[in-house]
Amino acid sequence: MGDWEGVRLHVVTGKGGTGKTTVASALALALAGGGRKVLLAEVEERQGLAQLFDVAPLTYAERRIAPASGGGEVYGLAIDAREAMYEYLAMFYRLGRAGRALDRVGFVDFATTIAPGLRDVLLTGKTYEAARRKDARGELVYDAVVLDAPPTGRITRFLDVNTSVSSLARVGPIHRQANSITTLVHSPLTAVHVVALLEEMPVQETVDAVAELRAAKIPLGAVIVNQVREAHLAGRERTAARSGKLDRDMIAEGLKAAALPFSNVLVDQLCTEAAGHARRLESERRARQELAALDRPMYTLPRVPGGIDPTAVYEFAETLTEQGAS
Amino acid sequence: MTAHHPPRRRARLDVDRLLDDPRTHVIVCCGSGGVGKTTTAAAMALRAAERGRKAVVLTIDPARRLAQSMGLAELDNTPRPVRGVDSSQGGGLDAMMLDMKRTFDEVVEAHTTPDRARQILANPFYQALSSSFAGTQEYMAMEKLGQLRQRGQWDLIVVDTPPSRSALDFLDAPERLGSFLDGRLIRLLGGPARAGGKAYRKVFQAGFNVVTGTLTKVLGGDLLRDVQTFVNALDTMFGGFRERADQTYALLKRPETAFVVVAVPEQDALREASYFVDRLSEDAMPLAGLVLNRVHHASGGISEEQAIAGAERLEEAGEHHLTASLLRLHAERLESAARDQRSGDRFVAAHPEVPVTHAAALADDVHDLAGLRQIGDLMATPT
Repeated sequence: MGDWEGVRLHVVTGKGGTGKTTVASALALALAGGGRKVLLAEVEERQGLAQLFDVAPLTYAERRIAPASGGGEVYGLAIDAREAMYEYLAMFYRLGRAGRALDRVGFVDFATTIAPGLRDVLLTGKTYEAARRKDARGELVYDAVVLDAPPTGRITRFLDVNTSVSSLARVGPIHRQANSITTLVHSPLTAVHVVALLEEMPVQETVDAVAELRAAKIPLGAVIVNQVREAHLAGRERTAARSGKLDRDMIAEGLKAAALPFSNVLVDQLCTEAAGHARRLESERRARQELAALDRPMYTLPRVPGGIDPTAVYEFAETLTEQGAS
Repeated sequence: MTAHHPPRRRARLDVDRLLDDPRTHVIVCCGSGGVGKTTTAAAMALRAAERGRKAVVLTIDPARRLAQSMGLAELDNTPRPVRGVDSSQGGGLDAMMLDMKRTFDEVVEAHTTPDRARQILANPFYQALSSSFAGTQEYMAMEKLGQLRQRGQWDLIVVDTPPSRSALDFLDAPERLGSFLDGRLIRLLGGPARAGGKAYRKVFQAGFNVVTGTLTKVLGGDLLRDVQTFVNALDTMFGGFRERADQTYALLKRPETAFVVVAVPEQDALREASYFVDRLSEDAMPLAGLVLNRVHHASGGISEEQAIAGAERLEEAGEHHLTASLLRLHAERLESAARDQRSGDRFVAAHPEVPVTHAAALADDVHDLAGLRQIGDLMATPT
């Protein structure tokens, strides 16, 4: 039993560079643990998921991309606005010839790239459809859908499609579609998780996004703190390091005991690194306080100095599960 | 190329030469989100100003404390002098933050009668277009750049680019919006009056009805009417949008412009940087080089393995806790440095012709002029 029992749509957002694709993937694997089936979707046409899992580029057709623990499965999908538009026209209007005529005059371009909000309705609409899809026996096809969503700066507008679209399309099927999406997005079936780093800009954007989502009455999920450094210094040593007052003789003796070649250059380097590390830990402590004040479940993922590969994503999934994400 | 080609020395981006060159009038900083574009743009503009240029920096979305330190608290869409800049070399620095809706409004107001402008500004479709279309910000950043250049008040304009879905949006969006506003669909939507002569209309009338009929079904009649009103009100401005987009694109191509691609030594950021470099070269845009931010360096004469082995020895013996911790930290640094080095090398191998400069990772976030100066020093100093 995790923190998100009953949530069907997990939206993962974060400032650019915070690792939201990695976190969304790890969350999908965590939720798929124990034999469940989870859809992981991206909407930004970057093929971030394929890169991360080291598989062939994803398409508009859902396909299994990774096994999870206990026989679980993660499916991948790259939602493309143009494909969604064709599917939409075919589904609601059985448009053959007229659909092509629309394409010729540039309507599909208009709807998928220019018309304010329509693109977002198409993208979220596909997610909505997948989250509610049932098989022949009337059972839900996916236990959960995880969306690698646009960054924090655009997330509220992206999810709150109704506000942007209903002022434009006041009647008609797009209006109706926007309404059903709005209902799902504002219901307890949805949770928006925000990925942050313990740095000034990502924290500020997280705080801003949380405020915006709260104002739009969109249910918040967890704050997931990514790339957290291991603390190598504590207490008095940390204080001394910050003010450049580490005992150099003691360090030199330690190097001797460690059978390492002693040099003043090395001791200088160690002291400089320690000072930087101590200052960074202090600013991380303040950043963490600001995030804690948001009063959301907080999960922590470590920094991987060597870079992220598929193995690291599985490790992250386990770490998230241990902290209650699934 | 022979199999045993000696390793090529990477070309270095000489930041000071770029900033000091009186022929450089526009610097565009681009790259994916979270790589320090805004900070890089601000640091370059400040350095140029303190080296004697009359510079202005156009930022899109600066961190709050950085904005405050540059006096950008006021959102009035016009450049304001930055206080605390050393002007002893005869230069100066102005800064502004882009207000995209206001810039769009200004374009409309400048190109039509006050009456028409009021109509357009009140139109729901225009309001949505000007405040939420994903490409509007890119388009307006370029529009503002054109305006600043025209004012001729500065001899160097440094532009930060919007946090796009992909760095490439920035080049495509103005063209996309321009061609839409000037295109076939909008002529159709504008009603038969805009769709050419009588004969033309006769041939296309059938197709036209299918299209508008379907549009009405899909979008609802209200939206279609709003678009039509908008298009008709825009009447006098047709061609204007396209022309302006074309002008800005031409400005970007001129040798007085320099593109600086910003990245961090991580896979995603460097992949975006590669796309951008390729695209700039395809479009024959003047690329100055790559600024690689937050690069970890570590030296001290011992290897990562030695540091780890030393730390383990001390930990097992249960002595010299401080030195053991410092060695662990140092090993981590060496690992990061090695990874950054590998990422940087991969980029250089793929783009040997692109000049590169590094800015070392700092322990603190940058939020004042002193921090920007430090970044400027790092960028300008060979590593």
